[in-house]
Amino acid sequence: MEEAAQTSGVVKRFMYVNRHAPYGTVYALEGLEVVLIGAAFDQDVSMAFIDDGVFQLIKGQDTKDTGMKNFSPTYRALGDYDVNKLYVEKESLEARGLSESDLMELTWEDEDDDWAEKPSIHIVDKNKLADLLAEQDVVLNF
Amino acid sequence: MVTEGPYTHQASDTAYNFTKAALNQGHEIYRVFFYHDGVNNGTRLTTPPQDDRNIVDRWSELAQQHDLDMVVCVAAAQRRGIVDADEAKRNSKDVDNIAPGFRISGLGQLIEMGIQSDRTMVFGD
Repeated sequence: MEEAAQTSGVVKRFMYVNRHAPYGTVYALEGLEVVLIGAAFDQDVSMAFIDDGVFQLIKGQDTKDTGMKNFSPTYRALGDYDVNKLYVEKESLEARGLSESDLMELTWEDEDDDWAEKPSIHIVDKNKLADLLAEQDVVLNF
Repeated sequence: MVTEGPYTHQASDTAYNFTKAALNQGHEIYRVFFYHDGVNNGTRLTTPPQDDRNIVDRWSELAQQHDLDMVVCVAAAQRRGIVDADEAKRNSKDVDNIAPGFRISGLGQLIEMGIQSDRTMVFGD
């Protein structure tokens, strides 16, 4: 991309913070579009899922009776875009009666470790997430 | 980045006031990017009551005064019917509605402004 060429060499820490359920509002869908475009810029990218945002990663999403597009398979492609740090807030999961086993199994292949398949999702508590947010250069919330 | 539309939500007002204050303090605003329903801040067909602020005109005037780069996301704009002359032609629409000072471009402009700027702020819900 033209912009990507103009910014080559600069690597900033970008965190995309997802706070909304996948359907009902467009924030999750359009937020994911930013993440996919952003992947072309070779930045240090991570995603956070808090509040109802944790529902975006629920496995077995079925939208066929709602007339809405089920875009949940797109999350599986994130690893191929080098978006492999997905932090899910523990307290948000617990408040909704959810655990890691309710989430999609998202993985990425580590080329520096003989292409070993590694989990992309990390469950972190709110204090750890606050530390991660404080380390970022750019935080975009959706 | 402005992610909510005019009048329904305060985000655009706050972003406008912040941008104006920052410019008056001598800061450089690299770009204002409009996303989600924020793209609705960029239609010149808006006609608010005369005793209310005109949010769209206010942005257009600020852009003209300060040579401000105001970008409306093309994908979000297509969903919501915000169209410039090129987009109108490309999609066979009979009219365009982009307001002066706004331009339609891609999401890369959002990432690029994050890389180029010291600070990136989001005005939304």
